Amino acid sequence: METLIAQLLNGLSLGSIYALIALGYTMVYGIIQLINFAHGEILMIGAYAGFFAVTALNFNFFAALILAMVVSALCGILIERIAYKPLRNSTRLAALITAIGVSLFLQNGGLFVFGTDFRSFPQAIPKVTYRFLEGAITITSHQLIILVVTIIMMLLLQYIVQYTKTGKAMRAVSYDKDAALLMGINADSVISVTFAIGSSLAAVAGVLLGLYYQTIHPLMGLMPGLKAFVAAVLGGIGIIPGAMTGGFLLGIIEALVSGYWSTNYRDPVVFGILILILIVKPSGLLGKDTREKV
Amino acid sequence: MKQKNLLIGIVLIALYGLVYYATEVAEIIDPFQQVNLYLMGINIIAAVSLNLIVGFTGQLALGHAGFMAVGAYVSAILTLKLGQPFILAVFAGAVAACLVGIIIGLPTLRLKGDYLAIATLGFGEIIRGLLVNIDYVGGAAGMNGIPKLTNWTWLYVFTLFTIFMIKNFINSTHGRACIAIRDNEIAAETMGINTTQYKVMAFSMGAFFAGVAGALYAHYFFLIQPTTFSFMRSFDALVMVVFGGLGSLTGSIIAAMAVTGLNAALIDFGALRMIIYAVLLIIIMVFRPQGLLGTKEFTLKTLFREKEGGCERVKNQPLN
Repeated sequence: METLIAQLLNGLSLGSIYALIALGYTMVYGIIQLINFAHGEILMIGAYAGFFAVTALNFNFFAALILAMVVSALCGILIERIAYKPLRNSTRLAALITAIGVSLFLQNGGLFVFGTDFRSFPQAIPKVTYRFLEGAITITSHQLIILVVTIIMMLLLQYIVQYTKTGKAMRAVSYDKDAALLMGINADSVISVTFAIGSSLAAVAGVLLGLYYQTIHPLMGLMPGLKAFVAAVLGGIGIIPGAMTGGFLLGIIEALVSGYWSTNYRDPVVFGILILILIVKPSGLLGKDTREKV
Repeated sequence: MKQKNLLIGIVLIALYGLVYYATEVAEIIDPFQQVNLYLMGINIIAAVSLNLIVGFTGQLALGHAGFMAVGAYVSAILTLKLGQPFILAVFAGAVAACLVGIIIGLPTLRLKGDYLAIATLGFGEIIRGLLVNIDYVGGAAGMNGIPKLTNWTWLYVFTLFTIFMIKNFINSTHGRACIAIRDNEIAAETMGINTTQYKVMAFSMGAFFAGVAGALYAHYFFLIQPTTFSFMRSFDALVMVVFGGLGSLTGSIIAAMAVTGLNAALIDFGALRMIIYAVLLIIIMVFRPQGLLGTKEFTLKTLFREKEGGCERVKNQPLN
């Protein structure tokens, strides 16, 4: 029982990080139908920005988080402008290859600039373990921070998408880009804003991952990126609540598999679930089925 | 026509003899160049077989390395642990990869576009993840000491065999059906083409030759690990296909040689190598997204007579 609760809590914190990354994937996919493979690397940039903010600039944790978000958002916009914008009208495959190319570039650029060593992420917030019900439930301050920050970010995103003019424009462009253009919406700037928001969420995820695993590395974005992408597909790609559901679900499944079976089977199980879902319900858990018309 | 075939035959035999002489007899080619020469052959097989799936049948697949892994491991088990002859091992590896291709293809090929890409990526990762957990094949450490049986003759024979089989397949009724599915799946289905059957056929055939590539790889580098066949290897094959042009066999062959050569040429740059590679990739995609040759084939005829009528695939058509 205690291990079950511990694993569920672990899964919840890991899942919330996946959910944050998945949100970026899903928003970008929803708006330009591009699987942004470089998303995991933006996360890595965010983590390093947070790292340098705490170590070199002596920022506190939350100031570092905000700086990381800004840096990553700028990176996201820059990548979109340089690499993806020229390909707006070419095949999806060309865009996909470019995205993987950008991801490769950032990975190896990271290895080149930051070095190949693992760096220990500063414990900007001391790790305290709280115990409830005579030790049956233990939760660390880090897990709490991860959960709270994630929930704040999700509420913020929900507010932006549902209640602001920018959010309305984003929804319009993702629904029908050409019609939105006719309505006087500047699709290019909307796409830039989407990339900025998605990238800053990835930066938050990066800093939280640093806090969670206590190390950062230039290739740290690779696996979480893929997993978060699986989470986005699981929930239904292009759907914001779907990304959150998928992320939490995946994190919990992963924690349970590692806790009760073996960490070696974690990745095969995750991808196995992905394929099962795709076969049973290709549009994801919360997606609607669309039939292709002739 | 007969004269042309004779000419091609002579050129191919001359090429074989020339390289054989250079590597085995005169030893002009140094070991580093030799590694790249073998990699070129293996990459050609991988790229051409992937082009059958992605370029000719229009099914975006990102799990080619998984099939290579199956071919490599099965063939290595046969030669290393069971002492079977090389040729049998290669074919067993290829057949195993083909069977895995059918098992994977039957459920997933109902998916379209990006979803298929993700599902195949997932399958590639599952195959890799399972290999890590099987102690019989060495787990994460992989298999070491596989006999070095891939020589220039075998490599050349298998490369030609792959190109020949896939070229003939594409020019057959079945191949035409695959191309019809690529261009418009709904229209193809309306015309009475059994789309599922042809998609699985092309997919498993691609997997078969990916298995051949994997088996040749295992018996040249004598060490295979699950990480050897990671997502990056699938991606490398896809780069060659897209760079050469979707639906151009000669494009894939040229691109496989060019990309392998580029990788070798950049080795002096050390840490910068992958950065330069990535930048070149992005530049190529931004400025020539349809690839080197598009859907055209490179022949001597097109080289000398540029304006030849033919049906070209509609530009900018999304791949679904």
